[in-house]
Amino acid sequence: MFDGLTGRLGDIFDRLRKRGALSEDDVNAALREVRIALLEADVALPAVKSFIQGVKEKAIGTEVLRGINPGQMVVKIVHDHLVELLGAQVEDLDLNAAPPIPILMLGLQGSGKTTTSAKIAVRLKKRDKKKVLLASLDTRRPAAQEQLRILGEQTGVASLPVIPGQQPVEIARRAMEVGRLEGYDVVILDTAGRLAIDEELMAEVVAIRDVARPVESLLVVDAMTGQDAVTVATNFNERVGITGIVMTRIDGDARGGAALSMRHVTGKPIKLMGMGEKTDALEPFHPDRIAGRILGM
Amino acid sequence: FTKKKLDDEALEELEELLIRADLGPVTAARLTAGLAKTRFGKEVSAEEVKDYLATELQKIVEPVARPLVIDPSKKPHIILLVGVNGTGKTTTIGKLARQFRDEGKIVWLAAGDTFRAAAVAQLKVWGERTGCPVVARDTGADAAGLAYDAVEQATKAGADVLLIDTAGRLQNKAGLMEELRKIVRVIKKLNPEAPHTTLLTLDATTGQNAHSQIEVFKDMVAINGLILTKLDGSARGGVLVALAEKFKLPVHAIGVGEGVYDMRPFEARAFSRALVGME
Ligand SMILES: Nc1nc2c(ncn2[C@@H]2O[C@H](COP(=O)(O)OP(=O)(O)OP(=O)(O)O)[C@@H](O)[C@H]2O)c(=O)[nH]1
Ligand SMILES: Nc1nc2c(ncn2[C@@H]2O[C@H](COP(=O)(O)OP(=O)(O)OP(=O)(O)O)[C@@H](O)[C@H]2O)c(=O)[nH]1
Ligand SMILES: [K+]
Ligand SMILES: [Mg+2]
Ligand SMILES: [Mg+2]
Repeated sequence: MFDGLTGRLGDIFDRLRKRGALSEDDVNAALREVRIALLEADVALPAVKSFIQGVKEKAIGTEVLRGINPGQMVVKIVHDHLVELLGAQVEDLDLNAAPPIPILMLGLQGSGKTTTSAKIAVRLKKRDKKKVLLASLDTRRPAAQEQLRILGEQTGVASLPVIPGQQPVEIARRAMEVGRLEGYDVVILDTAGRLAIDEELMAEVVAIRDVARPVESLLVVDAMTGQDAVTVATNFNERVGITGIVMTRIDGDARGGAALSMRHVTGKPIKLMGMGEKTDALEPFHPDRIAGRILGM
Repeated sequence: FTKKKLDDEALEELEELLIRADLGPVTAARLTAGLAKTRFGKEVSAEEVKDYLATELQKIVEPVARPLVIDPSKKPHIILLVGVNGTGKTTTIGKLARQFRDEGKIVWLAAGDTFRAAAVAQLKVWGERTGCPVVARDTGADAAGLAYDAVEQATKAGADVLLIDTAGRLQNKAGLMEELRKIVRVIKKLNPEAPHTTLLTLDATTGQNAHSQIEVFKDMVAINGLILTKLDGSARGGVLVALAEKFKLPVHAIGVGEGVYDMRPFEARAFSRALVGME
């Protein structure tokens, strides 16, 4: 908890009973607590290490501001550094391209790709007045194509008619073709969930990418993800090349450390947050909110 | 194997190995400290150290490695699947149905997720694949009412097992958790002992939030078993170690893929060795 972190740090600094600039010893003692707090929030180890190093450099020698204790000072430095790393600037979807603009949805099984596809379609339709086509390339999960079709129907967004037996790469080709012929602004390509270590399915999604040439390739990740976030983000980014991340289930009580892990290993922005199961539950990413959550604020 | 002194640096490496497997910082530190107490400063090979840790982990999870036993005196043995969104409830029902059918049992399924788009259609596919009747209503219908129908029909049909699917829900949503309780209450009207088993699916990719998931679901609907899904991925599901100590809930099976046969018994030794990167 944030209070817990402040409290824990407060205890350490009370014992030291020193004022003035933060010494290296003070900072090291504080950062041991910060490390635990980050790990408990599921920030992956490599990201924790680099974060701690960054904070250390900033903190040592910093004058403690008037009216706050050294513990609070460290928490402030930690929080500000976290916001900075998460991406102080909010980045939206980049739709500067000739229509039809393909958006490719990627991720592990069950992370929220199909739901997020519909959410993005709704957002582009309502806010940007775009004509959007939804296309399901998921021929694996039972009723996946039906799921996207229903979501389209519920939200008044067109979905690509299903041709039974057609394979994902072919569906992608057809979706882009229909997108061109029927004057769609955006074509959202929802793919089947796949493991980052599944060579065959990763090759399939690379083939889909080569056919569709997406302007946005969004990795959809569950906010509850643990240390594996590093493997997932690294593999998808290296194999397919992602342009951004969508974190789902922010409406839950997970601390969401995976956000920092994925930023750390890919350098790619977190663009959107899923805030519920309904198709309007999508928000721009708020770094300060996620930072507060990671620290248990 | 080359032997090396077990020093602070080596211990830190081990602790990090455990953290990377999602054991959590506290459990990882405790296990490493235990190792330091007995072996610190001694010459040991990396293999010996891993073997020691795997054995310690195995001791912790061994007591929860228990198969799911169907009580033949219950007609049907009613199993409720619960858990957060996307963790594998519906797929696990398909796998369990296949297993029970192979054992010669009559199995019925209930499409209790009346919320998510195409959740009913998804379960119907599993029903077809495994040759099990599926009790369903339209999306949007009352889930508790559907569960009631299913218990009634499966009982009348003399089924051995009834597997009830539910919509995924996040544990911090009080309203949705209350709906789950309502499903249980309504089932009890027909059969006060039911559900005989309430299983929670836990996604192996999940980190420390698993603690909160089990705490809340356990309070709300009396979970009596876990199934750890998606262990075929790169995540190792190490949070289960702390869960096994804290909640002592049996772990009945693991999910290792999306197919109907992709379920295995939970084996303490194999799981523990995988946690320390031993195979
Ligand atoms: N609470 C909550 N639930 C969500 C959110 N996004 C998706 N879900 C739920 O998560 C579950 C899985 O969502 P899907 O969209 O089917 O996930 P997917 O990635 O397409 O799954 P696969 O295609 O099987 O890989 C469903 O129950 C959704 O309702 C979110 O932001 N919050
Ligand atoms: N790799 C792998 N994928 C799995 C496993 N179990 C389930 N899945 C996949 O995970 C995704 C979600 O599975 P579902 O069974 O729909 O999950 P659910 O809990 O019923 O989801 P909601 O009803 O939306 O809450 C699907 O794509 C499944 O194929 C597993 O053990 N391994
Ligand atoms: K795994
Ligand atoms: Mg999907
Ligand atoms: Mg389901």
